[in-house]
Amino acid sequence: MGAREDILGNIRRSLGVRGDERTRRSVVQERLARAPKGLIPQRGQVSGEARIALFKEQAESVQASVARVSDRAQVPEAIATYLRDHNLPAELRMGSDPRLTGMPWGETSLSLRHGVSDGSDTNAVSHAYGGVAETGTLVMVSGADNPSTLNLLPDNHIVVVDAAEIEGDYETMWERLRATYGKGVMPRTVNYITGPSRSGDIEQTLLLGAHGPRRVHIIVVGDPGSA
Amino acid sequence: MSVHSTSPQFKANAGHALADAQLQRAMGNVKKGFIDKRRAAADRLPEFEEMRDSARDIKDHTLAHLDLYLERYEEKVTEAGGHVHYARDADEARRLILDICKAQGAKTVTKGKSMISEEIGINAYLEAAGMEPVETDLGEYIIQLRNEMPSHIIAPAVHLNASQVESDFRRVHKHLDKDRDLSQPVQLLTEARAVLRERFLAADVGITGANFLVAETGSSIIVTNEGNGDLTQTLPKTHIVLASIEKIIPTLDDVAQLLRVLARSATGQDLSVYTTFSTGPRRAGDLDGPENYHVVILDNGRSSMLGTSFEEMLRCIRCGACMNHCPVYHAVGGHAYGWVYPGPMGAVLTPSLIGVDKGGHLPNASTFCGRCESVCPVRIPLPKLMRHWREREFERHLSPATVRAGLSFWGYFAKRPALYRFTTRLAMGTLGWLGRIKGERKGRFSRLPFAGGWTQFRDFPAPQGATFQQRWRQEQRAKKQARDGREAA
Ligand code: SF4
Repeated sequence: MGAREDILGNIRRSLGVRGDERTRRSVVQERLARAPKGLIPQRGQVSGEARIALFKEQAESVQASVARVSDRAQVPEAIATYLRDHNLPAELRMGSDPRLTGMPWGETSLSLRHGVSDGSDTNAVSHAYGGVAETGTLVMVSGADNPSTLNLLPDNHIVVVDAAEIEGDYETMWERLRATYGKGVMPRTVNYITGPSRSGDIEQTLLLGAHGPRRVHIIVVGDPGSA
Repeated sequence: MSVHSTSPQFKANAGHALADAQLQRAMGNVKKGFIDKRRAAADRLPEFEEMRDSARDIKDHTLAHLDLYLERYEEKVTEAGGHVHYARDADEARRLILDICKAQGAKTVTKGKSMISEEIGINAYLEAAGMEPVETDLGEYIIQLRNEMPSHIIAPAVHLNASQVESDFRRVHKHLDKDRDLSQPVQLLTEARAVLRERFLAADVGITGANFLVAETGSSIIVTNEGNGDLTQTLPKTHIVLASIEKIIPTLDDVAQLLRVLARSATGQDLSVYTTFSTGPRRAGDLDGPENYHVVILDNGRSSMLGTSFEEMLRCIRCGACMNHCPVYHAVGGHAYGWVYPGPMGAVLTPSLIGVDKGGHLPNASTFCGRCESVCPVRIPLPKLMRHWREREFERHLSPATVRAGLSFWGYFAKRPALYRFTTRLAMGTLGWLGRIKGERKGRFSRLPFAGGWTQFRDFPAPQGATFQQRWRQEQRAKKQARDGREAA
């Protein structure tokens, strides 16, 4: 017998089941189909500006910084200011997300690079799929629009997120993902990012900037009511 | 059996650990850091206790239907273009991984933190085949340089001090300036980041563990703070996930419940920095991500734990809270446990995986104070399970002769209540008297016959001079008198 059959057989023997019992199968199918939500904390159950405020508070509590602009056209200037304020070079890498490439970059003196990083970029910008207010978490999906390596390799990661795409809890984010990609289907990579990279491995001291970005700067765009 | 175990020598290991000043200083960091942070994180979430119930129930439900969820998980991985392989034991898992690496002509293999990879001892195996495995989690990297095992399941180098790390870096990073300043932990981190960045970019295969495998979508999930796991699974051409059967979780919503208790219990964060869901290889049009995605699912004795009293141990989500709160772990550190998994969870899991004959000492490394169970996010009754092992060890006559003799001696008296009362009264009276006149510090013994294992490392408090039964009777009498007094008034 192969390892697969052996292991499944041993699981069934230990559980005292055959594997073809109709009730067990339907219990499993039902759970997969319905994906019951479980217990959702009250914390994220706020809407409108209160939700944006919670997102900001939570993100800042994990050492991310958060700025707010009223529309997309203001993002390039906000990024240029951020880089200047932190004495960072005026260069920026991004993927091919039209929400990013369509911004008025000509109004700044930033030098842009496109595509994946070779590990030597100082700054990159990505557009988030959304945010989760409960923990100040950014939700990133992979693809040419926003390559996953941009979330990890640059020293400073700037993330644009639409205020209207910040949800209260993870469960609502799953609903949206299922609506976008189809039930049971996921993009290659979904990154939940909560603050900049860190390590506590040396004497349990918290140090920022382990292997991922040392800084995460979030720019929230627009109103929570309108996308 | 996989990596070499020194669990049978637990007592000797513990003795060395207690005498190791360096280790004792480092272990102080565990007590300081983890406990307060977990408490604060739990207090920030009013639903935390209910969330633990929810996490336990999800795990119980999954284990009861594990065969079916596994089948579904495999189906979804295959649909997404990935490959699922099954390994009955460590050897089978090692061979599967080596074959995948060989097929890729791999030279450098980067690794995210994975306890299962420690369990199967993959590094030595790959090295023997001429490949170079590189641990990328900072703690794992440090212990790899030292040729040690992790001493904690989420903080592998917690037994070390910064000065030890500095001398290891100076010894190994020979190409760097001899006079560089490494006196601050942040300088050590920066150096490791730079050295490992090159390794990430050069790697042919990346191996990660998985915190969860999702049946609904066929996704593997890793939870990290450093970002090393993400670089490990995104940059190389091939990503291998190594996970054991009990990592399966039904749906994304179920995962959300478990995530809410995992980081809070582990590091006291509301959520770890990176929670990454990987599903199959890179898609058409993707500019990054691995071209090949393999999952090796390991049993290694776990399927036989189902349906026994040890099934509950398979709920474990490897948060480390039980060891962070364990007075025995604080005292001896992780290496004394002699195999991959230390602390209370190791004391229960190790005998299951490598046999009670080898791991049977570990369940004795407990004071039964119950703190582990009180913090375990999936409510595993660790003290009860340790007791089960002790019973089995005793039944199988694996306890050392002195323990058996002691217990049968006690049994003889316990069956004869009058004699028991008389003897214990006599003994307690004597000890109490000795304690009063002879105890070197008042009321304590620093040496006692037959109890060297105890008094070598701590004093034994001298009894008050009365047995429990005597004091119980006295108190009952006092209470009755008080009651009678009240009633009479
Ligand atoms: S036994 Fe419980 S507390 Fe210990 S590591 Fe596992 S889940 Fe965490």
